[in-house]
Amino acid sequence: MAETLDLLLGVPFWVAVLRIATPLVLGTLGVLLCERAGVLHLGIEGIMVAGAFAGWLTVYHGGGLWSGVVVAALVGMAFGALHAALTVGLSLSQHVSGLGITLLATSLASYAYRVSFPKVDSPPTIQAFTDMSGWLPLPVLNEQTPLTLLALVLVPALAWLLYRTPLGLALRMVGENPEAVEGQGLSVARLRAGAVIAGSALMGVAGAFLTLAAFNAFYFNMVNGRGWVCVALVVFASWRPGRALAGALLFGFFDALQLRLQQAGSGLFGLQVPYQFYLMLPYVMAIVALLVVARRASYPQALMKPYRKGQR
Amino acid sequence: MARVGSLSASPAAPDAPPLLRLTGITKRFGDLLANDAISLELKAGEVLALLGENGAGKSTLVSILFGHHVADAGHIEVDGRALPPGEPKAALAAGIGMVHQHFTLADNLSVLDNVMLGTEPLWRLRSERAAARARLLQIAQRFGLRVEPDARVGELSVGERQRVEILKALTRGARVLILDEPTAVLTPQESTSLFATLQHLVASGMAVVFISHKLDEVLAVADRVVVLRAGRLVAQMRASQADKAQLAEAMVGRTVAAVARERGAAAASATRPLACTLRDASVHGAQRRLLERINLDVHAGEVVAIAGVAGNGQQTLADVLSGLRALDAGTLAIGGRALPAQPRAWVDAGVARIPEDRLGVGAIGELAIWENALLERYVSRRFARWGVVRREQAREHARRIVERFDVRAGGGLDARAATLSGGNLQKLILGRALTSPRYRDIAPTLIVAHQPTWGLDVGAVADVHRRLLEACHAGAALLLISEDLDEIFALADRIAVIARGRLTEARPREQWTLASLGLAMADAAAPANAPLALHDAS
Amino acid sequence: MRLEPRLRTPLWLWLAAPVAALAGTLVITSLLVAWAGAPVTRAYALLLQGGFGSRFAWTETLTRATPLILTGLAVAVAFRARLYNIGAEGQLYAGALAAVAVGGLHGGVGWALPSSLLFALMIAAACAAGALLLWVPAWLKLRLGVDEVVTTLLLNFIVLLLVSAMLDGPMKDPTALGWPQSVAIADALQLGKLIERSRLHSGLLGALLLSLLLAALLRFTTLGFEIRAAGANARAAAFAGMPVRTAIWKVALLSGALAGLAGAVEVAGRAGYVTLDMSPGYGYSGIVVAMLAALHPLGVVAAAVFVAGMLVGADSMSRAVGVPTYIADVIVAVALIAVLIATLGVRWRVRWR
Repeated sequence: MAETLDLLLGVPFWVAVLRIATPLVLGTLGVLLCERAGVLHLGIEGIMVAGAFAGWLTVYHGGGLWSGVVVAALVGMAFGALHAALTVGLSLSQHVSGLGITLLATSLASYAYRVSFPKVDSPPTIQAFTDMSGWLPLPVLNEQTPLTLLALVLVPALAWLLYRTPLGLALRMVGENPEAVEGQGLSVARLRAGAVIAGSALMGVAGAFLTLAAFNAFYFNMVNGRGWVCVALVVFASWRPGRALAGALLFGFFDALQLRLQQAGSGLFGLQVPYQFYLMLPYVMAIVALLVVARRASYPQALMKPYRKGQR
Repeated sequence: MARVGSLSASPAAPDAPPLLRLTGITKRFGDLLANDAISLELKAGEVLALLGENGAGKSTLVSILFGHHVADAGHIEVDGRALPPGEPKAALAAGIGMVHQHFTLADNLSVLDNVMLGTEPLWRLRSERAAARARLLQIAQRFGLRVEPDARVGELSVGERQRVEILKALTRGARVLILDEPTAVLTPQESTSLFATLQHLVASGMAVVFISHKLDEVLAVADRVVVLRAGRLVAQMRASQADKAQLAEAMVGRTVAAVARERGAAAASATRPLACTLRDASVHGAQRRLLERINLDVHAGEVVAIAGVAGNGQQTLADVLSGLRALDAGTLAIGGRALPAQPRAWVDAGVARIPEDRLGVGAIGELAIWENALLERYVSRRFARWGVVRREQAREHARRIVERFDVRAGGGLDARAATLSGGNLQKLILGRALTSPRYRDIAPTLIVAHQPTWGLDVGAVADVHRRLLEACHAGAALLLISEDLDEIFALADRIAVIARGRLTEARPREQWTLASLGLAMADAAAPANAPLALHDAS
Repeated sequence: MRLEPRLRTPLWLWLAAPVAALAGTLVITSLLVAWAGAPVTRAYALLLQGGFGSRFAWTETLTRATPLILTGLAVAVAFRARLYNIGAEGQLYAGALAAVAVGGLHGGVGWALPSSLLFALMIAAACAAGALLLWVPAWLKLRLGVDEVVTTLLLNFIVLLLVSAMLDGPMKDPTALGWPQSVAIADALQLGKLIERSRLHSGLLGALLLSLLLAALLRFTTLGFEIRAAGANARAAAFAGMPVRTAIWKVALLSGALAGLAGAVEVAGRAGYVTLDMSPGYGYSGIVVAMLAALHPLGVVAAAVFVAGMLVGADSMSRAVGVPTYIADVIVAVALIAVLIATLGVRWRVRWR
């Protein structure tokens, strides 16, 4: 018992929490932006893989770390454009289009990796982001990489965009009542496509965090369901950026906890549990989170309903 | 009620150029001629009322004006300048504002959010909310519209929501305000305050186009009245020179029905057993009663029609009588028995249901015609044995329906139902409802037909009427819910009018005149939020 | 650009659409092959040869196709009712575990029951495991309105971890060295080979039979009627008196059972035991198979053979010209999107404003 408490109060633990939460924050914000505009985006898992690979490859070939981030964002945007074309342009099922994009992005990234590195025993590494302890005096935060700072800054930035700018108002409207938007002379298609592309950029960066900050190489299966967790977290966050951060931190808490408990080997409050059950905790938590907010969630009214112009 | 138009402080100068001029507007939707060479003028400071039944073309006309549709012929001028067609942006820039029949508001956002949409350039970094709020309150104050900028629209009453819609238009600098059925779900008090608002608007030099069914209000509010019927402008007069009966007649018109119920049939059926009985039946909605203490008897072999402007409770009544919805109070008996709110029980009890929404509720477009014919009765022993569908019997059944009811299916029985035209689909649904699987020509106990001939051409209408009367001769009771007075007069033995969820007494057809019926319907509230009157406001 | 529904779709269009989609796919993926530095036409030739060019190739392809047919059927029947079951992967593993639990007890001897009975029990247990697993998200959807896509997805990860825990613990095979694997099922319970000296087992026959049965179910039975009606237009189906919710329940159980069966068939037909990597994503590939087949059970067989052929062919092509095996996944993913777009062209006509 005491060991568990010790664990929770130590700084390294919270460093881990924040580090684990970062890609989730970025990914969740990306999905949030899409869903607020009324488009379900199940391509996030694949885009994160593609972003992770693209960012890493850029750095491997000599680009700077931030160039890697930008490339990852661009790759995300490319897949986002495809999703927008299929769902907004052709009104295809948002579920199927998203799943198709995940499959496509994942397989493309895996293929590209293998073509670039045909015979390697262990994945080649790069020089990842270093922490900010050189110039940031704050505890816990200073052991994070700049991408974490970016993620944390994006939360209020996105909130500002959504709630305090005309563009954000238009985006929210398009997810609630597209007819109102057309009635004011704005284009539903362009707003939705823009939201999807921008959100996909964030998803790409979320993936890049994994290869450029958390780890320093690209592994297959490195995303491991984080994208899906983001989709669940958006519901948990009731589509609000601040709550998205809270949800990501909560998830990070459980993930870091199970990691530490595994390592400590002391069990959960003294009980010996196979390590797999710890690994399960975060996913179970995501499902429970969905359950809890299911009834109460006031979701964007036009979510998943394709809008056909002129249909009254 | 004081005439608002006559109290305007700055009446339009007689030879000032019209603020709005429509010339020869024509619009076709497939075979339907929605607008037929309509020409209108509107001057500043004037209130023009657009009168007509559902389907007369009023909504299409204003949609064209606002840019939601493009006219096939004709043009529009605002202040002498041509208005580019098909662009709401252009209409807004020209000063045309519209309060839609179904509100274009986001429930989850605040009043201020809804009003501010589109008023600022998209790429501005910061919304000037404080200034917008001040402007909103100023405009609201000026025109006497009470509003709370931070209230969530989803929590507002319908009257308050309408105020927000009006403010949206005013904030964008509208000079011509179009209101599409504005008093639909307003209480009398809210309607009065709306008229006061219109008075203010007109006094400041705006022009108002007011679409309505309600003759009393139209005469009280308008300067001029224009009547549309079947897409054509049939009458135009100054409100001071018009009278209600004259207007009602112009709205409804009268054509000789191809198929008519013979006189005397009514007397015979009054002695027959009761097919359907409603006593003090009520259904509660979210904000008010959808059906209020309905009392109704329908005898076997009798035709009872329920007239009324769409959205006054017809859909709820149809749902109750189709087994989709339970009553919250009162009793309902079919053939003397109470039935649970499960459609299967109603089908088994011999109730033939013809829903208003053909493709959305009455049929499944993706399935074949013969499968649609099977939809309600697939569990009967004739069509299914041991969980397997007996295709030959089912197809035979479908074939009989298609032949007897003259369903023209180009692709045969296997074609998707979505390929059928409206009339043929309706005949299929009718045939399915009226044909029992045992082929002993046993008529259903009760037929509940909701707008059975909506959108059909004359020939199809006559067909449908013929079949319905045939079934009545065979002993079925027919409850007809319709907005088409021609139809009601042609078929009904007794007529009741539904208004705001309440039903008048069902008096014999002879005791109603066209004008009295039109008046009774027009005094009823038509809902603002009903797209093509498919749902009741609640 | 507007989309207008076509009133009638000529037959040639129905057939041309998937063909056009596949052609487009091969053109796009040829760019990737070229990038890998391999001669394109030769690579494709090797791909086809590797998947379909010899008796051996066919046995490999059909072996791989067997679980794909089953997961494809599972997904197809669910998607027909608009129940988006993305959890076929987890249901497959659950079925595999259940099969081993029943068939591998007491060191492979099992209960004192005749093997045919034990075999039936094993299959039943696998189906039940898969069905129960899908039951949870289905319940959450029907009762609480929780989107089943995310719940089924997350369950996949949970189940895989559970399998891992089982393989490390209670179900571990003590005699196996190296990678963790489960105890094996009794020899008598394993499926026989269809062709000597190949990996093709009689599970294929079962899968083919099931696809026929499912096609018959959907076309001829009242349940199939209810499923198709509820999936196409739930409102109209309810109006007509169909028990829509019950139909969706039945679909959920059927779909989960099929995916669980896939797991059991893999265990009984291939290795005889469960390992963590026994499924290279059959559950997810099942989604692609179902979509390529336009959710038709018989089409699932063709689509599964295609996808399997791609996977097998890519293996051998990769060894010959050095194009990474992932090309198969890319081909399948691009094919999916291409078929989606092509099917749109079949149903709708594009009008340029």
